Amino acid sequence: MSMWDEVERDVRIVDTTLRDGSHAMAHQFTEQHVRDTVRALDTSGVSLIEVTHGDGLGGSTFNYGFSLVDEKQLISAAVDEASSATIAVLLLPGLGTVTDLRAAADLGAGAVRIATHCTEADVSIQHFQAARDLGLETVGFLMLSHMSSPEDLAKQARIMADAGCQCVYVVDSAGALVLEDASDRVAALVDELGSDAQVGYHGHQNLSFGVANSVLCYRAGARQIDGSLVALGAGAGNSPTEVLAATFDRIGARTGVDKDGLMDAAENVVKPFITRLPVMDRSSIVQGYAGVYSSFLLHAERAAERYGVPAHEILYRCGERRYVGGQEDMIIDIALEIRAEREPAGAATP
Amino acid sequence: MHDGKAVAAIVGSGNIGTDLLAKLRRSANVEVRYMVGVDPGSEGLTRAAELGVRTSAEGVDWLLSQPDVPDLVFEATSAKAHAANAPRYADAGIQAVDLTPAALGPFTCPVVNISDQLDSPNVNMITCGGQATIPIVHAVSRVTPVPYAEIVASVSSRSAGPGTRANIDEFTETTAHGIETVGGADNGKAIIIINPVEPPMIMRDTVFCAIDPAADRDAITDSIQRMVRDVQDYVPGYTLKAEPQYDDPRPGWGDRARVAVFLEVAGNGDYLPTYAGNLDIMTAAASQVGEQLASKIIERDTAVRV
Repeated sequence: MSMWDEVERDVRIVDTTLRDGSHAMAHQFTEQHVRDTVRALDTSGVSLIEVTHGDGLGGSTFNYGFSLVDEKQLISAAVDEASSATIAVLLLPGLGTVTDLRAAADLGAGAVRIATHCTEADVSIQHFQAARDLGLETVGFLMLSHMSSPEDLAKQARIMADAGCQCVYVVDSAGALVLEDASDRVAALVDELGSDAQVGYHGHQNLSFGVANSVLCYRAGARQIDGSLVALGAGAGNSPTEVLAATFDRIGARTGVDKDGLMDAAENVVKPFITRLPVMDRSSIVQGYAGVYSSFLLHAERAAERYGVPAHEILYRCGERRYVGGQEDMIIDIALEIRAEREPAGAATP
Repeated sequence: MHDGKAVAAIVGSGNIGTDLLAKLRRSANVEVRYMVGVDPGSEGLTRAAELGVRTSAEGVDWLLSQPDVPDLVFEATSAKAHAANAPRYADAGIQAVDLTPAALGPFTCPVVNISDQLDSPNVNMITCGGQATIPIVHAVSRVTPVPYAEIVASVSSRSAGPGTRANIDEFTETTAHGIETVGGADNGKAIIIINPVEPPMIMRDTVFCAIDPAADRDAITDSIQRMVRDVQDYVPGYTLKAEPQYDDPRPGWGDRARVAVFLEVAGNGDYLPTYAGNLDIMTAAASQVGEQLASKIIERDTAVRV
């Protein structure tokens, strides 16, 4: 079953400004932000638009940050604005549930992207089955893909495909993959999945490779590529949607989107409302280098301020311990630990 | 009853049943006489038989056909199996401690509400994350109202069994429900994270409670520390990683302050590995519940004889 126009498009650009961008916005999107952004993306021909709390359905919590506006209201607004695009939601098993998914489907979401750590795909089986029963388009996210070899990642992709997933993504949650690191993983998934499921790539700019990796992944067989307008996303942000559109056009890959419309959306719709422009600064570069889940950034900055310890040191330690997506609580734990280490040392110094 | 102890059976001969047997063998009130499985090749049955426990791979049919049925049964199978077995235990007058997610009987947590349930024919052990975090939610809510509590349980990938993986929603929903009904929060939320790092990480739990900004923080901290000591009675590796952390209200918190509690749960290493504190706290709590139920059974039996 084809879920999008594969004849007219060589590659499908999927926009996650209103989901991954939720991290950069500390989950403070308003209904107006959502309406304006969806309208601009839809008009520019983007066929799949993700709208959810950054950590997915049910993500509005102490641990990840509370949403300013209930995500159900934002999903409804997005569905209302989209004339031809499908609205996708994100779901992390262990946080969001099938009940949450049903509620999103009732609001008109037409696709779900189900995300697990790259070695734990089997926790998503019940959610894929439920999603297919609900008639939703299904996408699987293997997060922090840099932590698995291409071969191991392909085995996990197989679990998702067998559960009913129609496109499995190599998700570079830490922005840690450099060129062939990304495309080798995509190639391994393409080889494993054949015609059973498509392969996608989701990049972050922490080491600046989001767009370059996307081109290599497309050449390795990826058919769906994620982006965010003005790169709005966790860490140093995602591959900018408007840059992906221009780049794929430049190399002759048909995306079906209007690059000028997307550049306009970036400049005139999103840039005016965002509270911070994602940037490759010390902390986000450390995330890419040390392999840390990008959404830890703002939490590390907040803990750094609260406990008087450097954010990049917290992030280095998150990388050493190989914390996975969702373990934001450990950031406070590490900040306390670093502070405690410094106190006796400071007291003993003559 | 036998030699002043309540007679018990463990149904389910996997890792959980085997670890539970190791713990119950130290009990003053419980004698595990039977272990039942469904697989004749089960290592757990062989191990139990070597310890002098009567074993069978013929399931609950065999157990209920014994001349002396037990006073207590510990169910370490699956929710589906327990749903089928529970009415049969009840008919035979056997009290059941349910370690599965079946949740037929009331939720129980040994340091919170077991004293209310000593006569209940069936008690349910909630979830591993619930056993680790509900005592803390209760410790806060017995001092000050908790309109919302949220827990994050991080467990090693190696300790997340096929049952948990196949139905992870059951964990989040059941734990959230337990945070409310047993922990005393108006609203509960539970999150589970599975981490594959090697060597395996020891179970970690973080408990966040929304509280009134003016609540007595010293009294809350004191209550939490007392509760941790109470849980340490049956899980010695249950520790606070840091002092409870208090944060003043932030935008989005509905004018409420927050207390955050960081726990580590190391197992006792009886049969399950030490890092699997999530599994250990289930068997330790079930064993503790068994101890309490058995003491009531002994008391009742002694009273009858007198």
